[in-house]
Amino acid sequence: MAENLIKPENLVYKKTSVMTDKVMHYCPGCGHGTAHRILAEVIDEMGIQNETIGVAPVGCSVLAYNYFDVDMTEAAHGRAPAVATGIRRVFPEKYVFTYQGDGDLAAIGTAETIHACNRGENILIVFINNGIYGMTGGQMAPTTLEGMKSSTSPRGRDIKTMGNPLKITELVAQLPGSYFVTRQSVHTPGSVRKAKRAIKKAMEYQKLNKGTCLVEIVSNCNSGWKMTPVQANKWMEENMFPFFPLGDIKVPQE
Amino acid sequence: MKELRLMKGNEALAEAAIRAGADAYFGYPITPQSEVIEYLMAENPAERTGMVVLQAESELAAINMVYGAAGCGKKAMTSSSSPGISLKMEGISYIAGAELPCLIVNVVRGGPGLGTIQPSQSDYFQAVKGGGHGDYKLIVLAPATVQETVDYVKLGFDLAFKYRNPVMILSDGIIGQMMEKVELFEQQARSTEEPEWATVGKKPGRDHVIVTSLQLQSEEQEKVNLRLQAKYREIEKNEVRYETIMTEDAEYLFVAFGSAARITRKAMEMARAKGIKVGLLRPQTLFPYPYEAINKLADQVKGILTVEMNAGQMVEDVRLAVNGKVKVEHFGRFGGMIPNPDEILNALEQKIIGG
Ligand SMILES: Cc1ncc(C[n+]2csc(CCOP(=O)(O)OP(=O)(O)O)c2C)c(N)n1
Repeated sequence: MAENLIKPENLVYKKTSVMTDKVMHYCPGCGHGTAHRILAEVIDEMGIQNETIGVAPVGCSVLAYNYFDVDMTEAAHGRAPAVATGIRRVFPEKYVFTYQGDGDLAAIGTAETIHACNRGENILIVFINNGIYGMTGGQMAPTTLEGMKSSTSPRGRDIKTMGNPLKITELVAQLPGSYFVTRQSVHTPGSVRKAKRAIKKAMEYQKLNKGTCLVEIVSNCNSGWKMTPVQANKWMEENMFPFFPLGDIKVPQE
Repeated sequence: MKELRLMKGNEALAEAAIRAGADAYFGYPITPQSEVIEYLMAENPAERTGMVVLQAESELAAINMVYGAAGCGKKAMTSSSSPGISLKMEGISYIAGAELPCLIVNVVRGGPGLGTIQPSQSDYFQAVKGGGHGDYKLIVLAPATVQETVDYVKLGFDLAFKYRNPVMILSDGIIGQMMEKVELFEQQARSTEEPEWATVGKKPGRDHVIVTSLQLQSEEQEKVNLRLQAKYREIEKNEVRYETIMTEDAEYLFVAFGSAARITRKAMEMARAKGIKVGLLRPQTLFPYPYEAINKLADQVKGILTVEMNAGQMVEDVRLAVNGKVKVEHFGRFGGMIPNPDEILNALEQKIIGG
């Protein structure tokens, strides 16, 4: 329809064909949709749709395979880096990415995350850090901030009894197997452009076979945080970013 | 032409995997099967055939690596022993649910818990009745010799791909550790096929492939279950394998699988020497199970003794098969203990003939 209304010379932006036309199930205001789009655009721009295999584990993005028009596998909670290892080892020429939440990557799947990165598996890990378990209804995550309320920390996260929020991205950056580690966000047009550049770099690095690339995206979860999307983005800037500062954490030393 | 070697069960298994054209092995050390990955690493199959061998950080990771590689249409396998197999159960359920082929080897040791490192058959229920969650079935092959271990690697991959279903070789610490003469089959080329259900990278002109076991609508999940059940019925129809020894004139019957069947065979010979007409039925597939064959023999014999290295697991299937026609009893040693032929013969005389 849009094609008929908009003259080709006036067309400035088009949905990438690496995204399907399926209606997304994500809550309005959530960052997942934007993160999906920039990853799909990178795959499109690099012309690697036919050489890319994605892995999305349990979490809000469990249905990511409906939205990315690439071959995809749904993994058990926490196991995506192991599944991706299996794929990349039998297909060393292909591009393999995982797309994981914080509960998945930094709680139940910590061992798989650390060891895939420590082996330097040549995969891209996209890590959506929304500080909460979105899919199961807003329970505390390993990245939930001190004092932050969730359905399993209703009086706020108490460090003494519930432990500390985990900066797993900084941990991964320490490992000799990781090659490029960065923390981004997708809540403003500028940050979206930056995050996309980071994902593109990380995807391109796969061909070098020099190690694991991890792109963390600090994101909101307006429904889990019980805020409007606008409030959630503001809260994220004021509370999440000071603890999870944006920017590159490990850059390749050429 | 014939290639005969004297080999340890675990090493023969590893050699068979390379020769069967396996694409990938992912494992984690545990006694009594660590020789599998040790042999593979020493053989360097990356050089020999291009096969991937990787020591994972856990059995959990290993089975999920298998899941990833199997989803790519590759011949992928893992091996472990009881506690490690328990850790793999979630992954096995996912693989069964996503209908992917793979080979899983359990060189069983005594349990529960950390148990012993000595041989056992106490994972029969776990292998045959589920183990992981959900209504799924593994095809379960039970070798009794090193030779059968080798042959079942090839057969296991064939069945896995024929039915797109995980296959388990249920071995034990005896078969894994003992050395026997074995005839090796010739090296098979690794497959270059790209099955249409595999994630190999989206091909122009076809939909993207999705490997998943998730259905949000219960109506859809029921359909998946019905499809799986139809497949399991097909497997039951086509793939039952068993061996019968001296059952033609038998008045009594032993039923035993794997190592226990070998020891029971000796007990059978001793009984025959005493004039007791007893035969042996040895299931080679534990799923599908030879219910029909046992049911038929129940019309002929006066009683049946199952001999197992566990506290009585397969005996439940024998009773199902016999359906009350004759007496069925169990004799077992467990916790890593191995029965000897004398006590098996004694159990036959006490529990079946005299009882
Ligand atoms: C083994 C297992 N444990 C628990 C669950 C339930 N579960 C599904 S998603 C999820 C949390 C996901 O949170 P996160 O990874 O942060 O992703 P998000 O939903 O926030 O995007 C949990 C606990 C499961 N599916 N499997």
